[in-house]
Amino acid sequence: MNAVAPAATSAAAGRRPWWRRRAQVPLLVTLVLFVAMAGAGGVLYHGFLTPQVFLNLLIDNAFLCIVAVGMTFVILAGGIDLSVGAVVAFSTVLLAELVQRHGWPPLAAIALVLAVGTGFGAGMGVLIQRFRLQPFVVTLAGMFLARGVATLISVDSIDIDQPWLASVANLRLPLGGGSMLSVGALVALAVVAAGALLAGASSFGRTVYAIGGSESSARLMGLPVDATVVRVYALSGFCAALAGVVYTLYMLSGYSQHALGLELDAIAAVVIGGTVLAGGSGYVLGTLLGVLVLGLIQTLIVFDGELSSWWTRIVIGALLLAFCLLQRLFRRKEIKP
Amino acid sequence: MTPVSPAARPVVLQARGLGKRFGATLALDGVDLALRAGEVHALMGQNGAGKSTLIKLLTGVERPDRGSVELDGRVIAPSTPMEAQRDGIGTVYQEVNLCPNLSVAENLYAGRYPRRRRLRMIDWRQVRDGARSLLRQLHLELDVDAPLGSYPVAIRQMVAIARALGVSARVLILDEPTSSLDEGEVRELFRVIAQLRERGMAILFVTHFLDQVYAVSDRITVLRDGCRVGEYAVADLPPAALVNAMVGRDLPTVAGADAERAPPPDAPPAIDAQGLGCRGKLHPVDLQVRRGEMLGLGGLLGSGRTELARLLFGLDRAERGELRIGGERVELKHPADAVVRGLALCPEERKTDGIVAELSVRENIVLALQARQGWRGMSRARQDELARQLVQALGIKAADIETPVGLLSGGNQQKVMLARWLVTEPRLLILDEPTRGIDVAAKQELMAEVTRRAHAGMAVLFISAETGELTRWCDRIAVMRERRKAGELPGGSTEARVLAMIAGD
Amino acid sequence: MAETTGTMAASSAISSRWGRGLRRCLAHPLLWPLLTLILLLAGNGLFNPGFLALQWRDGHLYGNLIDIAHRAAPLALVSLGMTLVIALRGLDISVGAVLAIAATVAAWTIGHVSNDGLLPLWLAIAAALAAGALCGLWNGWLVVGAGMQPIVATLILMVAGRGIAQSISGGQILTLYYAPYSFLGNGFVLGLPFSLFVVAAVFALLQLALRKTALGLFVRAIGHNPQAAHVAGVRARAITLGAYVFCGIAAALAGLLVSSNVNSADANNAGLLLELDAILAVALGGSLLGGGRFSLAGSLLGALIIQALTTTIYAIGVPPQVNLAVKAVLVFAVMLLQSPLCRGQLRALLRLRAERRA
Repeated sequence: MNAVAPAATSAAAGRRPWWRRRAQVPLLVTLVLFVAMAGAGGVLYHGFLTPQVFLNLLIDNAFLCIVAVGMTFVILAGGIDLSVGAVVAFSTVLLAELVQRHGWPPLAAIALVLAVGTGFGAGMGVLIQRFRLQPFVVTLAGMFLARGVATLISVDSIDIDQPWLASVANLRLPLGGGSMLSVGALVALAVVAAGALLAGASSFGRTVYAIGGSESSARLMGLPVDATVVRVYALSGFCAALAGVVYTLYMLSGYSQHALGLELDAIAAVVIGGTVLAGGSGYVLGTLLGVLVLGLIQTLIVFDGELSSWWTRIVIGALLLAFCLLQRLFRRKEIKP
Repeated sequence: MTPVSPAARPVVLQARGLGKRFGATLALDGVDLALRAGEVHALMGQNGAGKSTLIKLLTGVERPDRGSVELDGRVIAPSTPMEAQRDGIGTVYQEVNLCPNLSVAENLYAGRYPRRRRLRMIDWRQVRDGARSLLRQLHLELDVDAPLGSYPVAIRQMVAIARALGVSARVLILDEPTSSLDEGEVRELFRVIAQLRERGMAILFVTHFLDQVYAVSDRITVLRDGCRVGEYAVADLPPAALVNAMVGRDLPTVAGADAERAPPPDAPPAIDAQGLGCRGKLHPVDLQVRRGEMLGLGGLLGSGRTELARLLFGLDRAERGELRIGGERVELKHPADAVVRGLALCPEERKTDGIVAELSVRENIVLALQARQGWRGMSRARQDELARQLVQALGIKAADIETPVGLLSGGNQQKVMLARWLVTEPRLLILDEPTRGIDVAAKQELMAEVTRRAHAGMAVLFISAETGELTRWCDRIAVMRERRKAGELPGGSTEARVLAMIAGD
Repeated sequence: MAETTGTMAASSAISSRWGRGLRRCLAHPLLWPLLTLILLLAGNGLFNPGFLALQWRDGHLYGNLIDIAHRAAPLALVSLGMTLVIALRGLDISVGAVLAIAATVAAWTIGHVSNDGLLPLWLAIAAALAAGALCGLWNGWLVVGAGMQPIVATLILMVAGRGIAQSISGGQILTLYYAPYSFLGNGFVLGLPFSLFVVAAVFALLQLALRKTALGLFVRAIGHNPQAAHVAGVRARAITLGAYVFCGIAAALAGLLVSSNVNSADANNAGLLLELDAILAVALGGSLLGGGRFSLAGSLLGALIIQALTTTIYAIGVPPQVNLAVKAVLVFAVMLLQSPLCRGQLRALLRLRAERRA
């Protein structure tokens, strides 16, 4: 009867600080998880709680972080991009081939790699949008294609000894106290910052959220749905190509079998970072946290030395399950039909 | 039936001779509509009368085949919802067309964000302040940062209205905004509507609740079968006359096959519902259908007819009351439970809930029988035999029984639906608007077979909005109104009595 | 209007019995996959005359054709399961991981049962199939019970599955020295590889279940219009759950064949990218990826096409990884041909051409 009146009139009723909103619960859980895992590591293993251990999380997962930011946008828009790992591999091969075997200047080669990656993503976006094809099938085919073409360029791994690239790869930015960051990690941080700004404060970003919430509503609200969907996949392609460049620096080689299964890690990072797989809700900063959690799991297993490496996969799978169930639980309560 | 005299208020939106054809059906045939500033104009009509088509034309979802729309004397031809909004026509749909995951403020400003000079980033402070002041115009105080989905539908609708106001609408179209609101929420909405009327906005209000029409509107346009029946001032059109205008008289084309049929003797009830109800959908209802009896269920759209049918068939779960089928108390969790106990339902939405368009006539006919039998397959010969029998009995016109049902006409699809259930030889057959959108001949064939089966002992619950059909075919008539059972009438009652009960006089 | 009369006239022109037969033949869903396969094989035969030859040696039939069928067997099995899942509007991207789990479970069982008879074989088969069924049950429960999207639900097992398989194998590639097990993937019966009989048996059983019971009708009804099937009283949840379980079992069978063929179980690489091949096989076979229309025989043909393609690429001497690019192009082509929007545009384009010519 009078359910409306109080809700409608009292200003205080709805005002809740952001951390007490239901939608933030998965993100909070991730934060708590990260702190708890770091704490546990500190108690169990000597020398765990040093700044460099945490900076290494960024250095070793820079490419994953960049890919995951692109994936965040795709998932926010209600899609999925399974081609990212393959595009990373393709980018490493293309970059290595151009620089090592054709003597291109590194910057020109990087520019071309980024352009190709973006174009590739945009192409898939057009197929998905124009012909109403399912994103997972299209990007699955894109994955085949990118790895296939990478192999066509070079079957074998290409090692890089180009001086400029090698020096950039080995460059370490000292942060004082003996800790440092790599160029790749800085790029990853920049991508996260740009991504957060794009998602939070540009109309492109808000349209992405709107599409993920309800595509038909977004259309009726007059938002540019078609163009945005294409751009989202183009962005993901760009991020994958950029991650490919960073990966090339990290490994100093280009190889078609690099980054196998990276797409799964990226999806896991996005979901663990609190983004709802059905789209429409989540944060780029959450994705950064998700990447750090994944990295921390690996670091813990390395520090332990007794646990086998496959536990990483199992733990990631379990986390994925837990977060999917958590999302369903909270989504059902938050958004009534 | 006298049209109202020209009103003093200026006409804001004038539609002339709008027509639209979808394939073979003429959805709208030369309809006029005039909306005046500072008036609430109700658009009434049954399902398929052309209301939603008219709204689609006005809001740019579809383009008209002919006719024109003028806004403030200027011809407009919106081809997208966005264009209609820019022209000054705001629309609020039944399923609110906003994004539940975005905040209230964002929903108000999506697509037209204020920007900061630097970097052209969205100025969130201005968005929030603007949102608050927009909502304040409607006397709403909401947390504009909360996701829209955290508010009840009623609030979401107000936000949709506020959005329409924000893009400076001259005309506001409310498309069945009250169907999922409770009484308090409806009052709140009406308060807002009244306020907007004061401000000189022209409001088109589409609903199927009669009392709401009289509570809020100044003028009524009635549509029937894609044509305009007339435009009336509310004072000139009492509820019974309105229902009459909407329903029209379906003149008996063939003498009622069963007018002189004796009412069934004291046969045992095939189904007996006591206090069956579900919160928010249906107030508790008592209903009994005896063997061999044909019970009519009347009422307007949204009166709870379909909801009752869904509860009886296990499509929705009843929250209260008890149901007995053949004397045995049952709890239905799945339609399969109902089918096993000899219930059958021809749903209202033939295309989405009824036929499987890609499957053949034969497969559609045997589907329910198969579901009832479980895994045991039927031989192809038996399937062919059953399908042929029914095709012949109902006069289904199809090239052969292997034709995909999607290729048949609407009437023949409906017959296939009926055949699917007749083949299970049900104890109770529920027909939800079986005659809608099919031609007279098909209707006759369909009902002839149903009455024949009723003679043989099958109970029938016949749901229809057309009072003529109810009085012609049914042994007894129950009437639903506002999600309650309004009462029962004996067979042979006049249409006038049924109409009066539907309208609530 | 003019158009419809045109087509009607055209259709009456070929209403002779022969014409109708031809049209039915052209409209048959298996025509295109079959034609693709034949063209592929014929092309090979043209460039390499010995390609199509079959030889009888030591009581076995040898030849490229037999080889293709034999190598396609695991994929064919998985495709059969995938067909059923896709027909019900689902998807299972965990089949590769399930295959690895089943292979590892079988190898582990053999390694832990010391018996010289056939007991280890039976135990291994039973354990692997049980593991597959369990995985399928898990996937099905997530989809039906927890209401997750199929791709998300099966993604979880896809991520964790290989980890689980590795934890069983202890991170090692388990090698098998047990002759009876080796027979599964390498043995011959009546001169033909045993794997072909496994595929044939599963295909026949499934076909029987779909034809002789109401299952086929239910699956198609649910796939085309789940809501209508629900109203008609079809219990869609049980059937969907069953499809995922079957898919898991099919992947487990494939795991038995694969591990027995190479006499080892590799938790990391067995069945890698199998899910993609299986989806491709289903699409190539003419099943709709959106559910409803499906063809088991088509999926078998699809699996054969994929294997024939691989063999061809090896035969030509191109690096085998190129296979991926070719498959990708194939997927794109099949998808676009299946998309009604694209078909409509193509048709409009053709009509425009015809009009311009006229």
